[in-house]
Amino acid sequence: MESTHQPADAGGSRSVSDQCSELVLYVNGKPHTLTLDHRATVLDVLREDLGLTGAKKGCDHGQCGACTVLVDGRRANSCLLLAVAQDGRRITTVEGLAEGERLHPLQEAFLERDALQCGYCTPGQICSAVGVLAEAADGFPSHVTPPGTGSGAPVELTDDEIRERMSGNLCRCGAYPRIVEAVGDVSARAGAASWTSGGPAGQGVAS
Amino acid sequence: MKPFGYVRAASIGEAVRAAAGQPEARFLGGGTNLVDLMKLGVETPQLLIDVTRLPLDRIEELPDGGLRIGAMVRNSELAAAAPVRDRYPVLSQALLAGASGQLRNTATTGGNLLQRTRCLYFQDTSKPCNKREPGTGCPARDGAHRDLAVLGHSEHCVATQPSDMAVALAALDATVHLHGPDGERTVAAAEFHRLPGDKPEQDSVIGAGELVTSVQLPPASPGMRSRYRKARDRASFAFALVSVGAVLEVRDGVVRHAALAFGGLAHRPWRARAAEKVLYGAPATEDTFARAADAELAAARPLRDNGFKVPLARNLAVGVLADLADRAARS
Repeated sequence: MESTHQPADAGGSRSVSDQCSELVLYVNGKPHTLTLDHRATVLDVLREDLGLTGAKKGCDHGQCGACTVLVDGRRANSCLLLAVAQDGRRITTVEGLAEGERLHPLQEAFLERDALQCGYCTPGQICSAVGVLAEAADGFPSHVTPPGTGSGAPVELTDDEIRERMSGNLCRCGAYPRIVEAVGDVSARAGAASWTSGGPAGQGVAS
Repeated sequence: MKPFGYVRAASIGEAVRAAAGQPEARFLGGGTNLVDLMKLGVETPQLLIDVTRLPLDRIEELPDGGLRIGAMVRNSELAAAAPVRDRYPVLSQALLAGASGQLRNTATTGGNLLQRTRCLYFQDTSKPCNKREPGTGCPARDGAHRDLAVLGHSEHCVATQPSDMAVALAALDATVHLHGPDGERTVAAAEFHRLPGDKPEQDSVIGAGELVTSVQLPPASPGMRSRYRKARDRASFAFALVSVGAVLEVRDGVVRHAALAFGGLAHRPWRARAAEKVLYGAPATEDTFARAADAELAAARPLRDNGFKVPLARNLAVGVLADLADRAARS
């Protein structure tokens, strides 16, 4: 079986010096050719080079989830991704979820449910939730998925499933009950399918 | 973070050649542990060899009924793969009990095996640590060691191997396939990690410049039941205090095959050979399971603050084996 992590193209980062390389990142649909120090993380590049400050630096160690973005449609901690290794990948940040003035259903649901207080973790929560919906639709099990669930069948997102799948996103204000409701609303809505049907390549994300 | 060079390997041979004779080079998989350790100053490679685009991202059926898992298969893909869920549930469950959704999407099979201990002293460069800087001492022995080893530790190191996946692989009699400067070789997953002894800096038997290329699972027999259970301080996204991976086959109320491995107890997944000796050929009862667990854990030497792990391991093992036996009886 094929991995879903095939690059958009083979990637062709070019060494500029011992410590820097030139590479291309496709961020929210736009290609960016960048010459970067190998130490730069995707989070640093988004915030410092591209002016996309939605993804937040919380712990900077992959433990809080505030930096969550989608890479080729799957959620990841951008603080732990070296940008040079993501050459050719498609990256979606919270800024890329809306279609013009029309917010992503999860953004709407977070507003409707008042699923935030200070808001610092919210971009990461929302990107993570977009990933959760796609993973459940693609039949990814979780630690709480009942053993008898058929392999590959879409997983129903119960509150327990949402809590388990969102455990990589901390909220120090403690907005968790509302976050679970917001994700549940979108999951339950019939129209949700159109946002998650893009499959593993993630074409369904803000297309 | 110290500056470093970066190359992207186009083939296994190219990756191995780039690493040959370069002790300061590291292979880069998902990077979820390596990049973190670089930020902490624990790892200071001069060269990263990116192996994530090598054609090692497939799960393949083997002619003998086993499974070959490429080293670059992501943890989330492996946990979701139908043959793994259907035939080797202990492996899928172990992967899903570890880390977060984001980390599982990024972490690779090979990288998961090679992740380093989460011992606080190892991760803090202001503290001595024999694993990080051999000969500097082990403050964990008399310090914060609640999460650390009760079996197989040495005066030099009491760290635990943190991988859930590795515990399942040890119980499944998986093999780890390596490609290095001297060619290819295979190591049993249960023997891949080592005990600290007087060389705690070596987590595993992997040699300099060797690359994990795949993990292979032997065929699963139809009567085989398997399960992973993990005890941790919170319900999700935490390392194991103790975990158990178990494989059991029962016929006519008698144990025909048993493989038991513990996580969170030692410097490697602890394959419970003494317990298995008790189990083989014995009636599949709670009494047998308790005797088996006790036989294994008689060797435990808890530290000041982690004695709780011994009864926890015993109870987890008995519970998991009883559950598997119950399922075998009902099928």
